[in-house]
Amino acid sequence: MKIVAIDKKNWEKGLDKLRGAYRLIGPVKEDRYHYFRELGKGQMPDFSCLNTRLSAKETIYPQSEDMFEYNLDKSQEDHHLLKEVEKDDSPQAVLGIRPCDAKAVELVKLNFDTEEYKDPYWLRSWEATTFVGLACDAPCSTCFCTTAGCGPYHEEGLDVLLADDGDRYLAKALTDKGEKFLAAGGWSEEVDGEERFAAGKAAAEEKIVSTVVTENLRGADTLALHGDDALWEDVSFSCINCGTCTFVCPTCWCFDIQDEVHGTQGRRQRNWDSCMFPIFTVHTTGHNPRGTKLQRVRQRFMHKLKYFVDKYDAGIMCVGCGRCVQQCPVNIDIRRVCELMNSRGAKDACAVEG
Amino acid sequence: MENPYLPYPVRIDDIVVETEDRNLKTFKFVFLNEGDEEKFAYHAGQFAELSIPGRGEIPIGIASSPVEKGFVMFTVNKAGVVTTHLHKMKVGDIMGVRGPLGNWFPWDMLEGKNVLLVGGGFAFTTLRSSIVYMLDPANRPKFDKISVVYGARTPGMLLYKGELIEWEKRDDIDVHITVDATDDPEWKYNVGFVPPITEQKAPQGDGDTYAIVCGPPIMIKFTQPVLEKLGYTNDHIIMSLENRMKCGIGMCGRCNIGQELVCKDGPVFTLDQINQTPREY
Repeated sequence: MKIVAIDKKNWEKGLDKLRGAYRLIGPVKEDRYHYFRELGKGQMPDFSCLNTRLSAKETIYPQSEDMFEYNLDKSQEDHHLLKEVEKDDSPQAVLGIRPCDAKAVELVKLNFDTEEYKDPYWLRSWEATTFVGLACDAPCSTCFCTTAGCGPYHEEGLDVLLADDGDRYLAKALTDKGEKFLAAGGWSEEVDGEERFAAGKAAAEEKIVSTVVTENLRGADTLALHGDDALWEDVSFSCINCGTCTFVCPTCWCFDIQDEVHGTQGRRQRNWDSCMFPIFTVHTTGHNPRGTKLQRVRQRFMHKLKYFVDKYDAGIMCVGCGRCVQQCPVNIDIRRVCELMNSRGAKDACAVEG
Repeated sequence: MENPYLPYPVRIDDIVVETEDRNLKTFKFVFLNEGDEEKFAYHAGQFAELSIPGRGEIPIGIASSPVEKGFVMFTVNKAGVVTTHLHKMKVGDIMGVRGPLGNWFPWDMLEGKNVLLVGGGFAFTTLRSSIVYMLDPANRPKFDKISVVYGARTPGMLLYKGELIEWEKRDDIDVHITVDATDDPEWKYNVGFVPPITEQKAPQGDGDTYAIVCGPPIMIKFTQPVLEKLGYTNDHIIMSLENRMKCGIGMCGRCNIGQELVCKDGPVFTLDQINQTPREY
């Protein structure tokens, strides 16, 4: 794979060159935290950011987006007909996305890009995006990517992987999109950097000490795990169903569809939704299949650590970014839940073998 | 890329009040654009999202049958924001239909078999679609014995009454209509809940006989042991589930029962399949 050296002195110049061809998005510090924001003229992505407060999912999957527009004025010829909303799907580059968030995009793609149906909003935006990742040489204490099917130098989902190499970046082009991006930035000094990537990867992985155990999840009996009331009572006890975990999670994709009307003009929009909210599943009759918080918390973890595992055979629906661990107001920790579920799975495996 | 969220525009062509409480209306829609009807090719048992600009969408079983051409038909209970608005709409109004969605009753598997349909209340819409499909002269030879048990609270609450009475008279389908109670001296059909009438009238279950059951939870609860007693095994009992839905195409994440999505992997499941899920419906 082609590796290009980018002298940090040429970084800003290169980005300025790229602005003509791409909308640039990168981590920007607002108040105490970093968020992915479109970079204005002269604005640089802040690579001192360990990780952003919200994941990078919003760069291709906005929290709220218009799907259709229509008018309800019966004197107009096209009244009550839904029309596609014009979108700007011109090329954009997400700079400094961490490997965990990029891998998460690949997992979410399994949901939006299926054999039977393609979600046009998500896919068009994904196609228009070049993901320029930044390897993590200084991971957070809450990172557990290495046991979550990912890692600080993981390449899945990325078009370019950057590694900080003192006064320069080493940029590994991973896809055609990535090569195009580097060429457009005017960076072409090819170097032999494989060793730096290998050494950096080993050193960074060493620093990640937090782990999850997942090996028995697949073999676990779904109904036994689902029916383990004591486990779910324990896990959900302190949950206040605030939904923070689902909003900060890079792999949570659930959404709602709503019509918004002002006068005779209306829009159909979709908004991020959360399995933590009772209204997510309530029937019109008032009956709710997941009416209690135990049922909702169970759904979140069963989806991530069991249903997804069984359905796609692509590991867990978690990349170990640690955001939910950091931001949960009542300290619910997916690593602990995963361990409880995994040990429950070990019991099931023993039962089968015995 | 086709947009699976974009409904076909339709015009309301006809509205029939089905029940005495006026809470159920049948809407006939015609497609505004040529070619859309062909694109909307469906099977009995599927559903669609009725889409009202300004209000939203609601998943409803398709009550018309694939053998009926020129329109699609839905029977809708007035309940929430969208259905209440739909009940106020008039012939000629424009709205959308998005689909067909979900799987359908396993017609290929049912060929050469006896089919028992058990329905209750307003959960008779996709069963109506199925009956019309099976009774079509081109399809009737494909099935062996067809039996139906359908009940409602009162005679005035039965859907598709005209058709029911006609089917009841035929000898190529065995129809048992029942009501929970009635003081109508003219009532000449059964009186009693669906489960006991099923026990009395339905054919015995065997390897060549399948039961399709659609109804309110309470009816399903008491019909299940009856079917078991009659000899129907769980893989010969077919049901159609409902859950809150938005996208209808397996993406928005709310209608799952375990790893199965009711909107895309269902709504039709065998009882055997349902028993292997966490049954969150």
